[in-house]
Amino acid sequence: MEVKHEMGYLAEQFKRSLAVAKKNIKIYYSKGPVIVFGLIFPLFLFLAYTIGRSMPLEELLPGLIGMTTFFTATSVGPSIMPWETRSKTLERLVCCPVALWAILLGDMLSSFLFGLAISVIPLLFALAFNIGLLNFTILLFGLVLATLCFSALSVLLSAYPPSDIPATVMMISSLVKFPLVFISGVFISIEQMPFWGRIIASFSPLTYFTDLARHLILNGGYYDLILDFSMVAVFTLIFLVAAVKLHEKTLTKRLS
Amino acid sequence: MDHINFEVKKGEIFGFLGPNGAGKTTTARILTGVLRPDEGSALVAGHDVLKNSIEARQCIGVVPEVSNAYIDLSAWENLMLIGELYGVVEKEREENATELLKDFGLYEVRKKPVRGFSKGMKQRLLLCMGLINDPEILFLDEPTSGLDVESARLMREKVQRYNRDGKTVFLSTHNMEEANQLCNRIAIINHGRIAAIDAPEKLRAQSLELQYIEVLFDKPVGLADLSKKMQAVKASLAGNKVRLYTANPSTVVEFLVDFARHNNLRILSLNTMMPSLEDVFVKLTKEHGSEA
Repeated sequence: MEVKHEMGYLAEQFKRSLAVAKKNIKIYYSKGPVIVFGLIFPLFLFLAYTIGRSMPLEELLPGLIGMTTFFTATSVGPSIMPWETRSKTLERLVCCPVALWAILLGDMLSSFLFGLAISVIPLLFALAFNIGLLNFTILLFGLVLATLCFSALSVLLSAYPPSDIPATVMMISSLVKFPLVFISGVFISIEQMPFWGRIIASFSPLTYFTDLARHLILNGGYYDLILDFSMVAVFTLIFLVAAVKLHEKTLTKRLS
Repeated sequence: MDHINFEVKKGEIFGFLGPNGAGKTTTARILTGVLRPDEGSALVAGHDVLKNSIEARQCIGVVPEVSNAYIDLSAWENLMLIGELYGVVEKEREENATELLKDFGLYEVRKKPVRGFSKGMKQRLLLCMGLINDPEILFLDEPTSGLDVESARLMREKVQRYNRDGKTVFLSTHNMEEANQLCNRIAIINHGRIAAIDAPEKLRAQSLELQYIEVLFDKPVGLADLSKKMQAVKASLAGNKVRLYTANPSTVVEFLVDFARHNNLRILSLNTMMPSLEDVFVKLTKEHGSEA
């Protein structure tokens, strides 16, 4: 009986998370500039690295997919909390019968849906041009998992500092995001890195997703495929739990 | 907040009055689950706001002082969102929203973004958002602050009508007249402490020394002259009238009639005035301010 009640509670809260996600998509994600940013920015970053270097397209694809997924899933998420703090709408959400974790899950889901919608494009591009994909279904599953992971990271990035100035949070999240791209085997594969580089890379979730993509596109990953999947899942869990705990800790300060 | 303790009866309009910074909003934010108290407990509709926060919040509607509707969404979308967050089923949500928007004169603009709404329209929408789940208890924080007379009157009418349906209202305000008109009982809070709780008329009756007689003579009268002859009474001018503060109005009336006859004056008007809620409020907040 208790378990049934608990399940009912979780299902009801999840429904409310979906309402939060729907609201986020309407307000923050379905804007022309945001979509254009999601498409153009990773492509420009990628071109800046690849132009002038003669590399076959399939070798470029894992990095492109990794970057697109990472940047789109973390593009808007960090700014939602400070923005809603400033406009007092967070207080409105908090006094509704919605658990904080459900609000954060809603933020994560909206990030996830946006990230997935954009990240699928390079994948479809690869499919259309018949670029050596070994297993599309597994890659798609990896993409879904990685988008979840990066969405959880975006919610974590919005937790601290508990500011109501979106620019502050975006600047700090950029300080985290850009170094991650350069240490995660996006531009240089992990086996080409020095030993210390490989150690640092192992702390980034993007490393495992890029490696996973290399496995499935080039048949040439560094880690075991199962390890790649497991590590992305572990990072997702860590980011999610850390985000909820940190937001719980800072909520009073954020609202006062 | 400093160990405050009060109870709101089911079906009453309970006013929470206090000067700025007294702790009104903090109390309301604790009761609505926005803030956690350092210590103590609070029950809302029988639910502990700390242990059963979701259940407590499920029973309430909240209308904050500052508009917090989503300005990029339309009025309809705001109502649908809040309805969903309260778990109101779609059909009921749409019926409630339609009825509320019509009732509050917002139905014609329901598809327009809230960004373009006037302050009065936003405040009416907030009340609609507070009522979309048909709550048992409605928390209102300065609901008519900054509104034009017509909008403020409409808000008060709606709150009274909601209360007539047996619902409870917790009204946080510093508008004395509003509290006097709407509330069954009032708590006056100052420096985080409750200074008094009672019905408005009983609070006024508790401060009889603040009642006064307002008299207008046909010729100007010196205050010093009056004060000298009525040693126990404080006198002041209010325009061309004289106010005489007394706990014993009948004696003062007799004195004034004698005074007028003796000085060849005619009394043009004479009124006994009970202390206003504002007088009681000022007295109580001063008393508690000096204690603190």
